[in-house]
Amino acid sequence: MSLALVLLVAALFACGVYSMLHRSLTRIIVGVVLIGNGVNLLIVVAGSRPGRPPIVGALDGATDAIPQALVLTAIVIGFAVQAFLLALAWRSWALDGDDEVEDDLEDRRLAMDRRRQIRIAEAQAREDHARWLVRDASRPSTHELDGRDEIERGDL
Amino acid sequence: MLATALAVASQVPRVLDGEVPSSGWTWVGSLGIDMTFRLDGFAALMALAVSTVGVVVIAYAAAYFRGHPDSARTCRFAAFLCWFAGAMLGLVAADGVWTLFAFWELTSVLSFLLIGLDDTDSANRFAALRALLVTGAGGLALLGGLVCLEQSGADDSTLAQVGLGLVLVGAFTKSAQVPFHFWLPGAMAAPTPVSAYLHSATMVKAGVILIARLAPEFAHLGWWRPVLVAVGGMTMLLGGVAALRRDDAKQSLAFGTVSQLGLLVLLLGFGDPAVTAAGVAMLAAHVVFKCGLFLAVGAVDHATGTRSLTGNSGVGRRLPGLAAAAGLCTLSMIGFPLTFGFAAKESALAALDSAPGGWATIALVVVVVGSVLTAAYSVRLWWGLFGDKPHPPGAPAAHGGVHHVPGLLLTGPVGLFALVSLAAGLLAGPLAGRLTVASEALDRAAHAHLAVWPGWQLPLLLSAAALTGGTAIGVLVVRYPLSAPARTLGESVFARLYSGLLDGARNLTLVTQSGSLPVYVAVVFAVVVGVITAGLALGTGTAWGDTVLADSALQAVVAVLGVAMAVATVAARRRFVSVLLLGGTGQALTVVFLLYGAPDLALTQFMVESLSIVAFLLVLRRLPRQYRPAPSWAPAALRGALSVAVGVVVAWFLISAGSVDRPTDVTEAVNALALDEAGGRNVVNVTLVDFRGVDTLFEITVLGTAALGVANLVAGSRGVARPDPRRMARVGARSMIFDQTTRMVFHLTLLLSLYVTLRGHNAPGGGFAGGLIAGSAFVFRVLAGGPEGAHRARYRMPPIALIATGILLAAGSGVVALAAGDEFLETAIWDLHLPVLGDVHFPTASVFDIGVYALVIGVVILVLGNLAARGDATARVPAGDGA
Repeated sequence: MSLALVLLVAALFACGVYSMLHRSLTRIIVGVVLIGNGVNLLIVVAGSRPGRPPIVGALDGATDAIPQALVLTAIVIGFAVQAFLLALAWRSWALDGDDEVEDDLEDRRLAMDRRRQIRIAEAQAREDHARWLVRDASRPSTHELDGRDEIERGDL
Repeated sequence: MLATALAVASQVPRVLDGEVPSSGWTWVGSLGIDMTFRLDGFAALMALAVSTVGVVVIAYAAAYFRGHPDSARTCRFAAFLCWFAGAMLGLVAADGVWTLFAFWELTSVLSFLLIGLDDTDSANRFAALRALLVTGAGGLALLGGLVCLEQSGADDSTLAQVGLGLVLVGAFTKSAQVPFHFWLPGAMAAPTPVSAYLHSATMVKAGVILIARLAPEFAHLGWWRPVLVAVGGMTMLLGGVAALRRDDAKQSLAFGTVSQLGLLVLLLGFGDPAVTAAGVAMLAAHVVFKCGLFLAVGAVDHATGTRSLTGNSGVGRRLPGLAAAAGLCTLSMIGFPLTFGFAAKESALAALDSAPGGWATIALVVVVVGSVLTAAYSVRLWWGLFGDKPHPPGAPAAHGGVHHVPGLLLTGPVGLFALVSLAAGLLAGPLAGRLTVASEALDRAAHAHLAVWPGWQLPLLLSAAALTGGTAIGVLVVRYPLSAPARTLGESVFARLYSGLLDGARNLTLVTQSGSLPVYVAVVFAVVVGVITAGLALGTGTAWGDTVLADSALQAVVAVLGVAMAVATVAARRRFVSVLLLGGTGQALTVVFLLYGAPDLALTQFMVESLSIVAFLLVLRRLPRQYRPAPSWAPAALRGALSVAVGVVVAWFLISAGSVDRPTDVTEAVNALALDEAGGRNVVNVTLVDFRGVDTLFEITVLGTAALGVANLVAGSRGVARPDPRRMARVGARSMIFDQTTRMVFHLTLLLSLYVTLRGHNAPGGGFAGGLIAGSAFVFRVLAGGPEGAHRARYRMPPIALIATGILLAAGSGVVALAAGDEFLETAIWDLHLPVLGDVHFPTASVFDIGVYALVIGVVILVLGNLAARGDATARVPAGDGA
């Protein structure tokens, strides 16, 4: 195995990861492309030894065709993925005027509004319980669990 | 349902003659699990109960739901109930634990659906969920236990004991034993026919059935009898006390059922033949009288609109027949002489009295105390439903009265169950022979001893004492009602666990979902580093054997250049520079591939890199020149450290893996077959279009889909498709030389691409490379012609039609082979003699490759054409305008 190529694969991975750890979509795409190239080279290097092209009639000393066949479609699909990501960057620009990936607001809200959600749930439970008490005074409690627990928790 | 009952009944004479009908089929052959059923005496008894009670309950439900406003709900009810009856039959007749487990879970799910039948009420939904969670957790325990038992050969190993314990937990949850009993009263949210059928007669018996089947095998274990007596006894006593304290008739009955289930677990789990036989009789008696009582409660509810035990008055005088029938069932429940319940309870007391050991005495005491409670709550229940109360406290006038007299279908079933209770009690002697067949199926030595009148002995004295004491307590409780506790301990624990689980899930989300993409990416790569490092550290070590510095001097130079450009790519501050450098690393890869002996890869990589630079630049036109400063979430050192770690780990991995040092079997096969089977000399291309042609077919489909996605994202970002001519006039910075040159080489390039495609089967080239070359020809036309040119080009060669043609050609070449009787995508070789061209060697795989060619052209035009055409025409959507 050629150390020079190992070094190239490692550099492609390292630079790709570094690039992907940014918020700019352009940099993320650059990172994806770098890592994609690294993976393709890795498969070829690990899967075969250098030699002549695998053509029937001159197969002595030829390289292994299987890794090449695998990587060839990967290259083209990598192009399609890259184009798709570029289109996303385009759209991001059309909407925001920039291609920065903002924090996922849904995730943030889930984290921040947890207390508010609990408060809403408690109010709902209290309401349910009240409705249930009014519904039929003569029937005893069958499902006390429904709301009380939330109410007992009080304000967190 | 009726047909099922008749079918089961038709088998009963055979079973009584000692036969065991059975059937089955292979279920999971690889695991040696079969779906098998057999109808021994006990199974026949339960199947008879399940099917006949099912018929009666369905008939009753028809009247119960008549005129119900929500007919969809009624239909759902009927469907679920029939389904449940089938599942329950499978459960009782299962021969083999896995069959039993499958039906066991099915009944849990159907119980959930039936409890939550009225899904508009949150209380009902919660009760259904709680029942499902408790019985479902029990089902998991059962599964774990069964696996443990299956894995352990000997039945006294620790693993087997643990498994047995888990199985018992499963049985306890299903049969509502302490401390899991709380779900059953909650399940009373279901309509009364469901409560009668599932939650008293059949489903809750599943745990009892399982215990009854296991007890004779495992009763010799030291801990078995104490556990079963303790759990069953506790359940019987707690259930009895709770039943006294509930005002709702169904709640009271539900706790009564809990109590009776405790009794059944105690008897059938005791493991003594005589006690087992008595348990079987008790089981049969309980099915009859408890079902009758539930249906009676339903009829009263239907007639008066309330189930309150203190709110009803004078119902017995308005509905004397119902009151009498319910009374008979009640008598059977408390064990009054001449009823089925009496005969069963007498035999149980006698069996416990004569059984050896201290636990038998304890069990006897528990059963007697439990009988006192049973008598007490039963008397209170009947009086509460049908008795005259001078001043119903606080109840509105309407509650005391009967709105309408329930029809025959509502009262008839109650009468039927009452008559069966009475008849079985009177015919106890002959019945004992039949029940013996059932109990012998559990334990060879279990013979049922039932008698109409056992004579003045200890059991009868105990019975009499229990009846008297219980009745007295019952009358007292009617006079001085007890109040129900707000909630039971089990409910509290469940509520704490449930809300704790939800809180835990929220907290976990809080920790893991920060919402920041870089953080997610960092976590992913950190895990990659960790996992690969662990794998390598634990692995066989590094194989440095075949490592050389470089294969050739040129390779070393190109590799170093590639590394330098990769580093420069991420170091660049300007987008344009970094994208150009990115293209440079890609082209370094082209040279590497070429030197490595992979000309097909080199050709493809070269074209892809060239086109992707164009795509990048088309997008970058609009983006800011410079990257923003690095994000503040982490210092650059941390990001750099993670990146270097990934690089080091990958290099380590690669060196450890080493190169494949000789051709694999697959390679040799592919090399050998390429010319004969696929008619091609270029092994890489032959592999793509023939040996793994299906794979390629799906991959080009993915390509086409991605291109359509690009077109939608870009074209959809603004409504109009046609660029505005006035804007183009302003933009139109076109180069005359570029324009003319492109026009000249356009057709030549197309010709070249066709050549590359067609020779690909025998020499480097092929559909992917050819398509990319042709696509680049179009793209240069587009670039030279400006947005208007892009627009024209897209309409002259509609890319979507190209993509569709490509997929159709590729798939079609496979279908042709299929039609010719070969495998899908198998290559046929045609050697034609054409007048002008001479001999033509034409494998059908070439058609496939032409399909790939057409599709790739379409993809390139669609992607780059869209990016180019929209580039100048698309104005940014103003802030606040939305999209």
